[in-house]
Order: sequence, then structure tokens, then C-alpha cells
Amino acid sequence: MTVDVENLARRFGGTAALDGVSLALEPGEFVALLGPSGSGKTTLLRVLAGLDFPDEGRVRIAGRDMAGVPARERGVGVVFQNYALFRHMSVAENVAFGLRVRPRNRRPPEAEIQRRVRELLELVQIPELAARYPDQVSGGQRQRVALARALAIEPQLLLLDEPFGALDALVRKEVRRWVRGLHDRLGLTSILVTHDQEEAMEMADRVAVMEAGRIVQLDTPDALLQTPATAFVAGFMGEATRLPLCIRGRVARLSEFGLDDVELDLPDGEAVLFLRPHEVRIEPSAAGRALVRSVRPEGTGGTRILADVDGHRIEGICAVALARGDACRIRAVSGTFFHGDGTSRRWSAGPGAPAPLDSSRTPSASPAG
Amino acid sequence: MSAAGPAAADPAWLRWTAVTLALLLAVVIFLLPLAAVFTEALRRGWEPALAAIQEEDARAAVRLTLLVAAISVPVNAMGGVAAAWAVTKFDFPGRRLLITLIELPFSVSPVISGLVYVLLFGAQGYLGPWLQEHDIEIIFAVPGLVLATVFVTFPFVARTLIPLMQEQGRDEEEAAATLGAGGWDIFRRVTLPNVKWALLSGVLLCNARAMGEFGAVSVVSGHIRGQTNTMPLHVEILYNEYMFVGAFAVASLLALLGLLTLLAKALLEILAGRRMGDAA
Amino acid sequence: MSAGASLTPGAPSLALRRRRHALPGLGVSLGLTLAWLGLIVLIPLAALAIKPWELGPSGLLEVLSEPRVLASLRLSFGAALLAALVSVPLGLLLAWTVTRYRFPGRRLLDALVDLPFALPTAVAGLALTALFAPNGWLGAPLAAAFGWQVAFKPAGVVVALVFVALPFVVRSVEPVLRDLPLDAEEAAATLGATRLQTIRRVVLPALLPATITGFGLGFARAVGEYGSVIFIAGNMPMVSEIAPLLIVVKLEQFNYAAAAGIGLAMLLLSFAILLALNLWQRRLRRGRA
Repeated sequence: MTVDVENLARRFGGTAALDGVSLALEPGEFVALLGPSGSGKTTLLRVLAGLDFPDEGRVRIAGRDMAGVPARERGVGVVFQNYALFRHMSVAENVAFGLRVRPRNRRPPEAEIQRRVRELLELVQIPELAARYPDQVSGGQRQRVALARALAIEPQLLLLDEPFGALDALVRKEVRRWVRGLHDRLGLTSILVTHDQEEAMEMADRVAVMEAGRIVQLDTPDALLQTPATAFVAGFMGEATRLPLCIRGRVARLSEFGLDDVELDLPDGEAVLFLRPHEVRIEPSAAGRALVRSVRPEGTGGTRILADVDGHRIEGICAVALARGDACRIRAVSGTFFHGDGTSRRWSAGPGAPAPLDSSRTPSASPAG
Repeated sequence: MSAAGPAAADPAWLRWTAVTLALLLAVVIFLLPLAAVFTEALRRGWEPALAAIQEEDARAAVRLTLLVAAISVPVNAMGGVAAAWAVTKFDFPGRRLLITLIELPFSVSPVISGLVYVLLFGAQGYLGPWLQEHDIEIIFAVPGLVLATVFVTFPFVARTLIPLMQEQGRDEEEAAATLGAGGWDIFRRVTLPNVKWALLSGVLLCNARAMGEFGAVSVVSGHIRGQTNTMPLHVEILYNEYMFVGAFAVASLLALLGLLTLLAKALLEILAGRRMGDAA
Repeated sequence: MSAGASLTPGAPSLALRRRRHALPGLGVSLGLTLAWLGLIVLIPLAALAIKPWELGPSGLLEVLSEPRVLASLRLSFGAALLAALVSVPLGLLLAWTVTRYRFPGRRLLDALVDLPFALPTAVAGLALTALFAPNGWLGAPLAAAFGWQVAFKPAGVVVALVFVALPFVVRSVEPVLRDLPLDAEEAAATLGATRLQTIRRVVLPALLPATITGFGLGFARAVGEYGSVIFIAGNMPMVSEIAPLLIVVKLEQFNYAAAAGIGLAMLLLSFAILLALNLWQRRLRRGRA
């Protein structure tokens, strides 16, 4: 089932929750909407479900224009953030609801409903809970009930609104893989709303990063990490040290942070450098300006070190053992610059470092050092 | 004896003083008046009291009271449910104003609640001449009693439902909509089961007030014995005629109604609590 | 790669302009609500707002400045404010005891607080009269010990109104008290406060907004109260005659406009008082935020 969203806008009072959002899903795709709270991802999901209505723009599901189609006629499965289970109905009754409220001529006979409910509960692996009430089962089980209930109406499009937020970390990891497996097995098209980048990266074929009502980048998880389109995306995806700096005469001034200056072809002005921990090497040096603030063993022999240079914190990797308070030297091997004018450069130092990668919008940066 | 942890616990002398004072207060303010009603009714034994209740005018008053309640309670239950649904499940301009207006009758004197209908339908009211021409009686007749009672008991059901439905939010209803349920199905299968105990308790309070209302019906009734006298009005007439045993006997009947209402309400709270207590 | 996904042009769809709601049924329920509210409450109250002006402004002023009318308004508002004020400490005590302590009879006490809600007002009036009459269970000892007479005096009006107003204070404060986190009180204890200091400086301020609500509700109910007052008041013009009774008197004289005038004055005056309470409460809330 294809999903086509064109130029959606939705304002609440003076603020725009959606500000010109377009998005297209292929059948069978799993797309995550990733962003901080207030970025508009839940609003987009509600518009798709027919629970909210855009001020502008168009939604097409399987080619059909959804304008004026109420939620109950869309046949879209929704797993709500806190599951929204019917608290006065048993698990089985919850799952059966979508079948029981069908118009009489399309409603399956009661025996058929019972059979389908059993099947669905087996599918989500909780057949033994049929007679329980939502407040008598655990969070993870509730999540399975919500999923079974949404699948009962045989949706081809499944919408998941932060479905793992209420689960503890251990259960969450396992349930994620299981849900993704279910998506593949049933041939669903799914959209997941989340603020957890790890969750989005692990589950989705493509991730749409949202900021202030816009999709700032829609890409595969790999591409998002390698070539973030904006400083916002770079900051949101994975861990990174963020260094604000000035560019004067094609030289990025980094001495303030105890790093070597970098030559690159960006115009004068303000810019930001993002350094992922694995792009920073920290070496013991009695003459170094930096001090080790904290040490975290990585298990592979190296340690992750948070260093402090005149009040700036930079995170990097160290091959040898260091202790808190030791003096050290910091060297960047690669990083991404985002200029104030919206352009960006991938930069990489010297031989041995990975080759410079192209940003999606700008020509290759010149290696410098 | 204290529900609090040790640090937030009150010293024993404070606890004992508070409990003693509270119990004393409850006895003087709530229990003694109740006891006085029954004692006065039985001052000359059971027989005169029972006779006063079974007398023809008293029976007519009971019938009329039941009739008025049987009309006003459903009207306000329906209105209250519709209002609570509209106000809690939708956003629209003027929502807050609507809630305020629904609660308005609570801050209007019962006498004024009767008065407004006299102003509309009374002999010298706005519609009085027209009604007289067409031989329709509202004031000093049953329709007036019903209208005044509906006014006085107007907010009870809406008021018990609105806070609860607000707290329950719209999630379950929205989930039902995505599963294909229409408006009536959503209301009947999702909303109503979630608020049924509160609805029942609102209806109970509404009914107690409807049967016991005095000021508003007093203004529109005209005190015609056997015809427009509800039980509370009958009590007043007997009292003013110095038939104290009769007055207190009928009053005892009304007091029993109040006690039954309290009992039923307490039971409802236990029932609703037990269902919710399953979570623990 | 489509970093500029949001730039895809799309034709704005006019069909989507109208704001709709996620759930069905707003039209039906709002229609029913407005019909119910309009027919039962708003139109009749409009009659009350219009009728008094038949007398003309000066005529209306004349009615309202009659000594008997002024005396009744003074009694109704004075007694209602006094009763609501008395209900505050009594209500706080009851709410505190019921929520914080476990003792035999607690559930009964809790249920009894609702009695004035459930007991018909005429019954309450009759009962209080019997209790406080010169030969009553409370009237006789009070007269013998202090020489006080309550029934058939303005004091009787206040007693009846306390009966009516008290539950509002208890029921407004109780839920707040129940939800008040105990850790604030425990924190106060760790900071060296005595239990009484904690109650005075931590608990009571937190209860103030709810107490004002209860005071307002109790006052609003008391000022218009009729059934429980007229039996015990004695109804002496100028002394113990409440304003609602005077409305009834004017109606019995078929002086609709004067009756409506007194009614309108009562409503406006009590709304002004409730508005003032509301503003006070709002200022408290803002100060806290």
C-alpha cells in the first residue's frame, strides 16, 4: 500500500505543527518519524489516521485521496502511545472490537470472530491472556494486545505512536525486533513515531528526521549517519561533540579547543563542527592542554574519554589507559562542518583516515590538515 | 491510626483532639437533626405517624413527587450526558463558557428558579395571557413543578460526568474510531461503560434533589392540596397547621429517601473502586 | 537521497479547509446541549433580567431601597458569608480527619458529610427547628446555660446556613488533601519544622485555593437557601426575614417586577462576590506558577 503525503500544513493557534511536509512510502516499507517532542511527528501520524485534519495539503493512501474520509473508514491500524486499550473490556474483547462494530452486512459471525481473536492472540504470543483485563497484564503484554487489536481490522498501513516508550529497556529491545519481524511477515506498510534514534535506526528502512514541523532529511539510517544534511540532524543522530567556531580566510580556527586549525573551502562566517567520539583520538601528553574528566572502558581494549580543554568538553577514544585528571592531547581525524549559510563539508585528516565523504548537497571538501 | 509515614505523622494529642472534635461536630450537625426528625414523628407512637403517611393528601403528594422526579431526572440525565460528551470529547470555541453556564443553576436561589417560570408563564407573565386563551396551565400545575425541578437539578449529572470524562481523555474513543466504530458505537461501547458508575451516582443525587426540592416548587405550586402538593410542600402545610406529628412523619419519609441515597452512593463508590482496584 | 523532501510542491486542497473533528457526534450532542440549556436555563433567566426594568430605573431603585428589602438582603448576604466563614475551619477539620486518620467510624463520618446534599431542605429546616427550639435538645440547654435563643432569631438563619454550606468546604478540600504529596511534609520535618509549623506553613497554604472554592460554593448555595431557613428563622420583617422569602411575598402580592428586581439584585451581588473570589484564586495560582 502506498502512502503519499503532499505539502501538509497544520497550525494550532499561532504555531505550525506541520509546515509543508511531503513524504512518500513504497508498499512494504518501514519508515520512522524521528524528532524531538513538538517536532510534529505525532501530528503527522494523527493526520494519516484521520484523527486530525490538515489546514493545507493532501494525503493519499493506496492512491485514494483521504480528504473527508473519517478515521473509521480508513482501515488504518493504529497503536497508540499509551495503547488506549478499552479498560472495561477483556483482552479478547479488545481485539474483537474492530470486528464487532462492523456494519451488520460485513460483520463476521460470532464464531468466526472468536476464531480470529484466537489467531491474533497467538500471533502476538499471548493466547493465555484472553480473559484478562488490561490492568491485569504487564506493559509488554499490553503492547501486544494493542498490536493485535490494530491488526484485527486487517490494515495494510500500520501506524505506531511511540509504542515502546512505556517498556523497560530490556523488553524494548526484544519487542522491537519482533515487531519488525511481524511487519515483514504480514507484508505491512508501517510508520513509526519515535524520539529514540537507536530505535529508528534499528527498525526502519528509512528515517524521516523532523524539526519544527518539517522533514529535514529522509534517508536510510546509514546515510543519515554518514552524511547528515544539517547540524540539527548531525546533533540528533548518535553521539557527537559540537564545537561552535569561526572561519576566517578559509581556515577553521580550532586552537581554542586544543585542536589543529583546518583549511577548507567555506566562506568566512560562523560554523559548527561535529565530531563523533570515534573521530577523535586522545593521547597521553604531559604538555597537553586538556585534562581527562571521565573514563569509560569500551571493552575492546580502548577507553572512551571525556576531556576538558579550558572548559570545553570533547569526547574521544584513547588506546592506552588514562586516569581522571591526567593531562592529554586531542587530535581530530575527521568531522563534519556545517556553515551558517546552510552548506556543509565532510572533512578528513591525513593518510590513514577514511576518505572524505560527500555531503548530499555540496561538493567534496578539500583535505586539509 | 495515622495514614502517614512517621515523619509526617501528627502527635497523638493532635490526632485525638481532631478525631474527637470531628466526631462531636458530626453528631451535633448531622446526626442530631436526623434523630430529631424521627423522634418527633414517633412522639405519639407508630400509629399516628403511619396514619399521617397513609392519609389521602399525603398519598397524592407521594404520587406527585414520584411523577415530577420521573420526568425531570431523565431529562437532566440525557442533557447532562450530551453536554459532557460535547464538552469533553471535542474542542470548540466557547467550551469553557458552556461549562460555566451548565453549572449556573447551582448558584441561583431555588426561589429564583421558580420565579423565572412565573415571570414567563404566570397570569401576569410574558406568555400568561396567551396560555390563558388556549387554556394551558403551567404555573400552579404539574408542568410548572416539573420545569422548576428540572432547573434546580439541572447540573447534577453533567457535573459528575465532566471531570471524570475529562480525566479519561479521548484516547479510547479515538482508538475505537480507527477500528471502524461509528459515533453511537463509540458512545455505547466505549464511553458509557467507562462512566456508568459516575452516571448512576449523578442520577441518584439528581433524584434526591428532585424529590426533596422545596423552594422552587413552592413558588410555582400554588399549594393546591391533592393536586400540586409535593411531599416537601405537604410537610410545610402540615407544620403550619400545627399537625406536628404528621409533618415530621412525612419528613421522616423524605429523610429515609435521603439516607437511602447516601447508602446507594457509598455502595456505588465501593463498586467503582473495586473495579479500578483491580489495577493494584 | 531526498534531503529536500519537504520542498516537493503540492497543490493546496481546498476541500480540507473546513475544520473537522476526529470523533463523530459533535453536532448531535452540542445541539441537544444547547436546546436543553437554552430552554430550561437561559430563556427563563433572560426573563428575570428584563422584567425588573418595567418599573423603570427609579422605580427599581425605590423597590431595592425599601428598608424591608435592604434588611432582608443584608441578612441573606451577611448570614451566608458568616456561615461560609464558619464552615471553613469546621470543614478543614472534617476533611483532615477523614483523609489523614484511621479510626472506627471514619467511613460513617465520611458518608454523613454528604447528608445535607441528600436531605431535602424542608426536612433539614424542620429538624434544626425542632433541635434549637426553646424546648429542643440543643435549644433548652443553650437557653439554660447561656440564655441564648437560636431558633426564630437571625442566629437560627446562620445555623441553618452552616448546615447547608459545610459539605461544600469539606468536599472541595478533601480531594486536594488526599493528593497532597506526603514528601513535602516529610521534607519540612527533616528541615526541623515541628508538626504544627508544617501544617501551618506547608499544608494549609496548599489547601488555600480549594478552600476558597469550597467557601464560594458554600456561600453561593447559602445565600439563596430557602427551605432549611424559613422554618427556623421566625421570618420577622426587618429582623429575620431572608431575601428569598421577600421574593415569595412580593409574588403573592402579584408584584412580579419587584420580585424579579430583588431576584436580579441577589444574583448580581452574589456573582460579584464569586467573581472576586475567583480573581483571588487566580492570583494565588499565578503566584505559585
